[in-house]
Amino acid sequence: MNAKLLLTTASVAIMAMSAAKAEDLTLCWAAWDPANALIELSKEYEAQSGNTMHFEFVPWTSFADRMLNELNSGGKLCDLMIGDSQWIGGAAENGQYIKLNDFFDANGIKMDDFIPATVTGYAEWPKGTPNYWALPAFGDVVGWTYRKDWFARPELQAEFKEKYARDLAPPATFDELKQIAEFFQNRQIDGKTVYGASIYTERGSEGITMGVMDVLYSFGFKYDNPEKPYDMEGFVNSESAVKGLEFYKSLYDCCVPPGSSNGYMGEGVDAYKSGQVALQMNFAFTWPGFNTDANVGGDKTGYFANPAGPNGDKFAQLGGQGISVVAASDKQDAALTYIKWFAQPEVQAKWWKLGGYSALRAVVEDPGFATSQPYAQTFLDSMAIVKDFWAEPSYATLMQSSQKWFHDYVVAGNGTAKEALDGLVVDWHATFEEEGKY
Amino acid sequence: MPDPFQRAALATPPKLAHQIRGLSDRTIAWLFVAPTIFLLLAVNIFPLIWTIRLSLTNFRTNRPNNAVEWVGIENYRKILTNPDTWASLQATAHFLVWTITLQVLIGFSLAYLINKKFRSNDLWTTLIVLPMMLSPAVVGNFWTFLYQPQIGLFNYFIAFLTGADPASFSMIGEVALAPWAIIIVDTWMWTPFVMLICLAGLRSIPPSIYEAAECDRASKWRQFWTITLPMALPFLMLAVLFRGIENFKMFDLVVQLTGGGPGATTQLTSIDLKREAFEKWRTGYASAYAVILFVTVFGLASIYVKALNKVKDR
Repeated sequence: MNAKLLLTTASVAIMAMSAAKAEDLTLCWAAWDPANALIELSKEYEAQSGNTMHFEFVPWTSFADRMLNELNSGGKLCDLMIGDSQWIGGAAENGQYIKLNDFFDANGIKMDDFIPATVTGYAEWPKGTPNYWALPAFGDVVGWTYRKDWFARPELQAEFKEKYARDLAPPATFDELKQIAEFFQNRQIDGKTVYGASIYTERGSEGITMGVMDVLYSFGFKYDNPEKPYDMEGFVNSESAVKGLEFYKSLYDCCVPPGSSNGYMGEGVDAYKSGQVALQMNFAFTWPGFNTDANVGGDKTGYFANPAGPNGDKFAQLGGQGISVVAASDKQDAALTYIKWFAQPEVQAKWWKLGGYSALRAVVEDPGFATSQPYAQTFLDSMAIVKDFWAEPSYATLMQSSQKWFHDYVVAGNGTAKEALDGLVVDWHATFEEEGKY
Repeated sequence: MPDPFQRAALATPPKLAHQIRGLSDRTIAWLFVAPTIFLLLAVNIFPLIWTIRLSLTNFRTNRPNNAVEWVGIENYRKILTNPDTWASLQATAHFLVWTITLQVLIGFSLAYLINKKFRSNDLWTTLIVLPMMLSPAVVGNFWTFLYQPQIGLFNYFIAFLTGADPASFSMIGEVALAPWAIIIVDTWMWTPFVMLICLAGLRSIPPSIYEAAECDRASKWRQFWTITLPMALPFLMLAVLFRGIENFKMFDLVVQLTGGGPGATTQLTSIDLKREAFEKWRTGYASAYAVILFVTVFGLASIYVKALNKVKDR
């Protein structure tokens, strides 16, 4: 009852604020399932505010190209941008997003109310400082899905136990994960050949980097010297990082379906839903889709967070985005009313129900959250161990370098893991040198 | 009934007519060509000069607040000493040489066959030219399915011929096969274009020349080498010029098929340039890269056109 009253009061306030002039607002984001959920959610905002929402959704593989072009050219297409986490540095330093600190203070929006990793990842620039350029909008992280129904088959359980002297269950380490993938590779299940795992290998945008990093973190990879920022020698190409990259290649060589040389989120979803693979690496946003899928939904699919590396470290690649107001927009005030509305706990709770991963602690720390969906606990576990790629203004250049070196080693099989990471250090060093970081 | 010129003269207001009458032919000519020249300057020449200017700076489109510094020929030096540039040029040269060779050989052969009179000739011509009417993005997309190791018809076809397991090789995922994968698709798509140009060449040869050769008892082989090929050669060379220029800037088809991978195996110069310009946002560097490519294509095309004119004048 109280919640309803609060919501009504907030609605009246928003309506009063925008009563003077109804605006047409355009929100830009990636074209994916959560975007459809946001359209549904936003109907409530339209009814309350009188503003009309338009949406510009671009497929992930060209999302960065299209939207960074829009920001860099000072385009007025987007009033609100749910931009990728790594854009925050560039967008802040180049004045493409408006700073939200004053707005947050004036409207009682506190960053302490959001999952800390999402605040650091999606909102802050410079990292670790209370300068906010976005409101955490969609929490996301790389995790794993597995065929629970295959794992439960007694004959496979018995065979696996005989071979590896343990139960066929979600892996605790990356070595165990590879063993499971090897076990399923080229196996006949229900008269069909199946394969071990689907992992990221995409070359064009960010795919293989997201996949490799997701594994490297747990092997001991670090972006730079914690004592000396941008000093990467011995950290990016440390012995443990080399082992991590070798592991990723061995997983690619042994256990992926044929023709997996250029696959990212969409290809992973296809491979999993069509029953080709036992394990699948993918962002958490895909999980609601699996849960309701006719072929792999319900009890057929299980979820687990990244397993541990050789030293017991467990980390996962952060995904997700924050929502920002574009500085070039002529409708900043109206756009801010959307963020104010979106930040409300009731709206965030509805966002989670519709399939959006809320980053609000009130939602994810609710006692019923972990059991609200089969993947909710895995989402929480994964969000607790996230790390993110460089969010520097030069992130796109840094990303292209890692895409080149990782794909060249993992997929094309050129050189060694050490050479790939040494090359990456040289490229990243050159990029930071151009940026005047040394 | 006045003719159109008289009608136009009558319709012209007397004051304007007087003014026009006062202009010299040269001025009127300039008035007519001025819009075209203006358009050419605005659309072609100005961007070219602007690109050259940018190529001498460290400008980045995504850093509007940064000071733009004059770096002289530093961008050119970096590009020409970058091993990745040469790897891209090598990949482009491989792609160019093989696509043109295959397209000319197959295209000319098809044109030679189609030029003969036989039933359903028109139907075959239409069927053969269908691939070039499709969008490269569409072609790239559906060939990725044809090349799919598990379900791709191409793999099954090769497996049928060789007995190999269709899932044992990936045309777009293996370093040794990917360059050939893009060559096959481009050849499939654009051979009909070469065929049409060659067909035009073959049909332009007067039958009387063959009749004279028949009277001289020249064999078909001799007729081909002394009549058909020399007379169709300017057309063939024109086809090579068109395909050469098109394939030097090949982008969409290859991006759809391989994304430049595996690694950088099929990263042609246009893909490399696009990554520098619109992914890394190194605008100055990318401008220098574009200038180098422009000079290369322009230089090679100019030499080639001279050779083409010599062949035509023979």
